[in-house]
Amino acid sequence: MSLVVEVTHTVGRFHLDVRLQSGAGLTALVGPSGAGKTTILNAVAGVLRPDRGLVRLDREVLVDTEAGTWRASHRRLVGYVFQEPRLFPHLTVRQNLLYGRWFRRHLAGGISPDEVIELLNLSPLLARRPARLSGGEKQRVALGRALLAKPRLLLLDEPLASVDQTHRNEILPYLDRLRAAHDIPAVYVTHTWAEVAERATQVVEIDHGKVVFCGSALEARSRMNVGR
Amino acid sequence: MSEWTGGELAVVWLSLEVAGVATLASVLPALGVAWLLARRRFWGRSLLNVVIHLPLVVPPVVTGFLLLRVFGRQGVVGTWLEQYLGLQFSFRWTGAALAAGVMAFPLVVRAARLGIENVDRQFEESAATLGASPLWVFVTITLPLALPGVLAGLIIGFAKALGEFGATITFVSNIPGETQTLALAIYTQLERPGGETAAMRLVWLSVGISVLALVASEALARSTNRSES
Repeated sequence: MSLVVEVTHTVGRFHLDVRLQSGAGLTALVGPSGAGKTTILNAVAGVLRPDRGLVRLDREVLVDTEAGTWRASHRRLVGYVFQEPRLFPHLTVRQNLLYGRWFRRHLAGGISPDEVIELLNLSPLLARRPARLSGGEKQRVALGRALLAKPRLLLLDEPLASVDQTHRNEILPYLDRLRAAHDIPAVYVTHTWAEVAERATQVVEIDHGKVVFCGSALEARSRMNVGR
Repeated sequence: MSEWTGGELAVVWLSLEVAGVATLASVLPALGVAWLLARRRFWGRSLLNVVIHLPLVVPPVVTGFLLLRVFGRQGVVGTWLEQYLGLQFSFRWTGAALAAGVMAFPLVVRAARLGIENVDRQFEESAATLGASPLWVFVTITLPLALPGVLAGLIIGFAKALGEFGATITFVSNIPGETQTLALAIYTQLERPGGETAAMRLVWLSVGISVLALVASEALARSTNRSES
C-alpha cells in the first residue's frame, strides 16, 4: 500500500501545505492541536475538497485538482474513525456495525462480523442504542464499523481523544489485536507521541500546516530522544 | 343540533381525500426541495426559495388564477397533461387537490428543511465514508433523523390543505360532490338562507380536525427536541 498526499488548503488564517507518503503498517501522524492533521485525513477520506493538490492511494488517483479528478467519499474504500464516534443514533450497535458492510457486500474479502465482534468484545452491546454506551464502548463500535466496511486503508483521528484514561488502556490492546490479525494499513493521528511510539512503523510530524519530519519509526524515536 | 346529512358527510370525506392526496403528492417534491435548500449551495437557490414561498404570501386568489392559466384546459401545462396523460384539473377534485397541494407546499418544505438542517452533518459524512452514496445517506441517515420534523410539516400541510379556500374556488369553482370541500361548503351554507346551523356543524368539524392536526404536530416537535437532548 502506498498513500501519497500533496495538498495545499487554506481555511481562514490556517494554511496547510504538505507532501507526505505513507506505506504499509501503522503511520503515526503526530503534531500539536491545530497543526492540520485532521485536515489531511479529511482530504484522504473525501470529506474535504482541498484547494489544490493530489491524493493517490496505490495506483488510484483520489484527488487531482489539476486534472479535475475527484473520487467521491463513498467510492474510496477508506475507513475513517473520527475523533467523536459519530455512531448513528437511530440505529442499534449491530445495525451501526453492519451499515458499511451492506454497501460493500459485493466486494470480496474483509473481516467477518463475528470476528470483529469477538475481537472488540462487542457482543454484550449489540442490541443497544449508542446513547446507552460509554465513551470507550462507542469508540470500539466506531472502530468495528469502519473495519467491517472492507477498507483498504484505515484512518484513525485521535480515536482515544474522547475516551478517558481507563478506557484508553482498554482500547489500545484491541487495536493491536486487530492489526496483528489483519494487515490493514492505518494512519493514526495523535498529538501524544507516546500513544503510538511503540506501535508505529512510520512517523510523519506536522506543525503549523507543514511536514517537519517524515521517516521510519526508528529514526523518529532517535530524533525524539536527541530532542530531549 | 340537527342530524348530519349525507351531503355533509360527503363533504368531509371529499375534503379528507383532497387534502390527503395533496399532502401525499407533495411528500417527494417537498423533501427534494427541502434537501436542496438545506444542504446545497447553487445558483438560483434564493430564487427557488422565493418561488416556493410565494403561495404563502400572495393572495390565494392570485395562486388560483395562476393555476387556472397554467393547469386549466387552455393552460400550457393543462393542455399537455390532458392530451398525453389524460389528466384533467379544471372543475375536478384533482384540481382541488392540486390547489390545496400548492398552498400547503411551502409549509411542508419549511418544516422538512428545518428538520434536515438539524441533522448533524457529521453523521452524513460518516455514512459516506462507509460507502453510502448521497441518495443512500439521505434515505438511511438524514431522513430518519429528520423524520419528526418532516411528519410535523406534513400534518400542518394537511391541515392547511383541508382549509384551503381562495385558490380552490378560483381554480376549480365550487361544485358539490366534485370540488366542494369543507371551507367551500361552509361558505355555501352561509350564503344560503337558514344555512347557519349546517354551517356551524361544519365549522366545529373543521376546527376539530385542525386542532387534532396541531396537537399531533406539537407532539412530534416535542419528540424531536427530546431525541436531540
